[in-house]
Amino acid sequence: MTDDTLLSARGLNLRFGAIPALVDVAVDLWPGEVLAIVGESGSGKTTLLNVLSGRLRPDDGVVWYRDPSGRLHDVHAMPAPKLRALHRSDWGFVQQDPRSALRMGVSAGGNVGERLMAQGLRHYGSIREQAIDWLRQVEIDAARVDDMPRTFSGGMLQRLQIARTLVTHPRLVFMDEPTGGLDVSVQARLLDLIRSLVARLNIAAVLVTHDLAVARLLAHRIVVMQRGVVVEAGLTDQVLDDPQHAYTQLLVSSVLQA
Amino acid sequence: MTTISGYNFAYLDEQTKRMIRRALLKAVAIPGHQIPFGSREMPLPYGWGTGGIQITAAILGADDVLKVIDQGADDTTNAVSIRRFFAKTAGVATTTRTDAATVIQTRHRIPEAPLTENQILVYQVPQPEPLVKLEPSRAETRRMHALAEYGAMHVRLYEDITRYGQVAISYDYPVMVNDRYLMAPSPIPAFDNPKLHQMPALQLFGAGREKRIYAIPPYTNVRSLDFEDHPFRAGRAPHACGLCGADTSYLDEVVVDNAGGRLFVCSDTDYCETRRDAGHVGEAA
Amino acid sequence: MTPMLQTAGLGKHFTLHLRGGLTIPVLQDVDFHVAAGECVALVGPSGAGKTTLLRSLYGNYRADQGSIQVRHHGSMVELARAAPRLVVDVRAHSMGYVSQFLRVVPRVPALDIVAEAARGLSPEEARDRAAALLLRLNIPRRLHALPPATFSGGEQQRINLARGFIGRHPILLLDEPTASLDAGNRDIVVSMIDEAKAAGIAIVGIFHDVSTRDRVADRTYSVAPLQDAA
Repeated sequence: MTDDTLLSARGLNLRFGAIPALVDVAVDLWPGEVLAIVGESGSGKTTLLNVLSGRLRPDDGVVWYRDPSGRLHDVHAMPAPKLRALHRSDWGFVQQDPRSALRMGVSAGGNVGERLMAQGLRHYGSIREQAIDWLRQVEIDAARVDDMPRTFSGGMLQRLQIARTLVTHPRLVFMDEPTGGLDVSVQARLLDLIRSLVARLNIAAVLVTHDLAVARLLAHRIVVMQRGVVVEAGLTDQVLDDPQHAYTQLLVSSVLQA
Repeated sequence: MTTISGYNFAYLDEQTKRMIRRALLKAVAIPGHQIPFGSREMPLPYGWGTGGIQITAAILGADDVLKVIDQGADDTTNAVSIRRFFAKTAGVATTTRTDAATVIQTRHRIPEAPLTENQILVYQVPQPEPLVKLEPSRAETRRMHALAEYGAMHVRLYEDITRYGQVAISYDYPVMVNDRYLMAPSPIPAFDNPKLHQMPALQLFGAGREKRIYAIPPYTNVRSLDFEDHPFRAGRAPHACGLCGADTSYLDEVVVDNAGGRLFVCSDTDYCETRRDAGHVGEAA
Repeated sequence: MTPMLQTAGLGKHFTLHLRGGLTIPVLQDVDFHVAAGECVALVGPSGAGKTTLLRSLYGNYRADQGSIQVRHHGSMVELARAAPRLVVDVRAHSMGYVSQFLRVVPRVPALDIVAEAARGLSPEEARDRAAALLLRLNIPRRLHALPPATFSGGEQQRINLARGFIGRHPILLLDEPTASLDAGNRDIVVSMIDEAKAAGIAIVGIFHDVSTRDRVADRTYSVAPLQDAA
C-alpha cells in the first residue's frame, strides 16, 4: 500500500463452500474518498464490505488500516476489543435496515448519544447537546430528540442511523445499500444529505449499492464485481460512461432511464 | 434446637461445597465477575434464596453465628425458615443481632450497622446479569463484560433522566466494581449502594436459578453509575422512624389500620430494636 | 504562450461486448494543444468524434493510445490512463467541464448546485458569486432556491454554465454551451468566455452555432471521421 491510504486490501479470497465469494480482490481507499462497490445480487459486494470492515474473515489476504496516528493495523489480526473499539470510534457502519442498527426502545437522543457514552463521556447535558446538534445536521427537528424511533418514518430512521454513526466523527464509514428500501423522493433527500456530510466532514466511505445512479452521485471511484471478481474499477463517471468490461457494459445498459 | 440426623453438616455434601468454594475463590479473585457454578436442587423453590443458601452452606463452620434477614427483618417467613434450616442441618448458633453474627445471609438489604472484617455478607440474587434488560443474548452480555463495553447501560440512565428528570432505578442499581466489572448488587435499595463501597466485610452473591456466583472482596471500590451533571443520589423516605425516631435509616411504609393510617418504621428490625433498647423513642411509640 | 493542455497520438475506440465485440475506432493520432488565454473550437461533421475527444480530455472517456498532458499545480501531468485520484484532483483544481446535460442530486436548489462547484471560497462567498452568475445568466432570483429538475432545457443549460464558470479553473471544456439558448443569452455566454480568456483561462469548446464559434474561437481544430474498421 502507498504511504497515505486509509484502507488497503490485497489478495482477498473467500469461498462459501463451492461458491467463490471473493477472488483475489484488491482495494485501496484514501482519506476523504468515496468508493462504490456495485454489481448485481450475489456478486460478492456485501461480502467484500464485511471483509473490509473486519466483520467477516477472508480465507486469504490482508486488510490494512491506518489509524489517525499513522500506524498500520492488519484488520483481521487485530484483537477483538480493539476492532470493536475501532468500530465505535474512527469507523462507522450504516446498514440498509435502520431498525436493526438502532435501539428502537430508546429515544432518538439516546440512540445518537450511545457511541459518546461508550467512549466514556459522562456528562448528560453535553451528550444531549451533541445529540440535538446531530439531529439538526441530519435534518431531524430538534424537538424530536426525546421521541422513540418507532414514531419516525423510514427516511427519518435512516437519517437517525447516520447521526448515530457520525457523532464520534469517524474517518471511515461503511454503508450497505443506505438508500435501499426507501421511496424515491426520500432517497433523493438522503443522497443529498450523505453527499454533503461526507464532503463537509471529509469522511472516506465504502458504499455498497446495486443502484448505479447512487454510485454516480456519491462515489469518486467505483468497483464493479461479478461472481466475486472485480471485473472493472476506476473513476466513477469513466466506468459508467465508458465501460470496458462486457459485464459492466451489460450492467450500464440494463438501467432504466427515467 | 437439636440437629437432625441423616444429613451432612449444613445439608450439602462435601463435593458440592468444594465446587462452590472454588467458584467463590475465583469470584473473590475477580471482583464483580460472574462465575458459573453447578447449582443444586435445594429443599425450597427458586426465588426463595437457593443461591444464598448454597453459599452459606459452603462457608459455614461449626463456630459461626448466623443471622438471616429478608428486607432487613429477622422475623419474616423466609428469614425464619432459612435460619431454622441451618440450625437444624448444621447446628450452628443463630442470632438476630448484626454485631453478634459472623455470617449474615440477606435478601434485599444491607444492615444499617457497619459490618466488620470478621463478617461475611451473603446476598440472595434473583438476576445476576445487570445487562439483561438491554441485551437478551447471554453470549453477547458475556462479550460486553469481557470488553468492558458498558455504553448501553449508560443509555438506560440517559433515558431515565430524559423521561423522569432523574435516574429512576430505586433498587438493584448497577455498580462498577473495582473500576472493571458492571455488577447487579441484587435488589437492595439504591440507598444501600454506598455501603458496598470499601466495606470491611466480604460480600458474596449467589444466584441459584441462574447458577452464578460473584463477590466483592473487603475494601473494594464500588461506584454507582451516574453522570457528572446527574450524580448518584441515595434516596430514602423523608421521615423519621415511628418507633425509634431514626432519621438516617432506610424506612418501610406500613399500613396500620383500615382507615389508611400509615407508619414509617426502620426496615432493619435489629437496628430499630437496638436503638429502642438504648432509649430512643419515635413519635408512634 | 503557456501550454495548458496537449495531446500526442491520442487514440480512442469503443468495443461493444454486447454486440459481439464490435470495435468502433473514433479517434486516431490526435495531436492537439491549447494555451492559456486561448479558445480552440473543435469542428467536424456530426459523429466525427468531437464530443468523444472532449470527454477523453476530461477523463470521462478512457484514452486508449497516446498521451494527454495537462498543466496541474504548475507542471504538466499525464492524464491518459492516470490513477483515478489524479483525475479527481485535476478536475478539482485545474480543469472544468460544462456538459450538455445537468446531472445532479434531484432535490438540491439551483443556487447550491452552482455554489458547491466554487473553489477556494467561503460558503457565503460561493453563494454570493453563484447568485451573481445566475442573475447574469438571466435566472431570476425566485428560481435560485428551486431544484432545477423542472426547469426548461435552456434554464438547465444556464445552471450548468454557471456551475462550470464559477470554479475559474485554468482549463475549461465546453460541450455545446449555447445549444439551447436564445440570442440574448448566447451573447452573455460569449462575453463570459471572452472574460475567461482575458483572465488567462484556456478553453476548448464544441459550438454548434457557427456565429458563436466565430466570435469566441481563436482557432479551430478539425476532427475528421475515421473509416469504420469493423
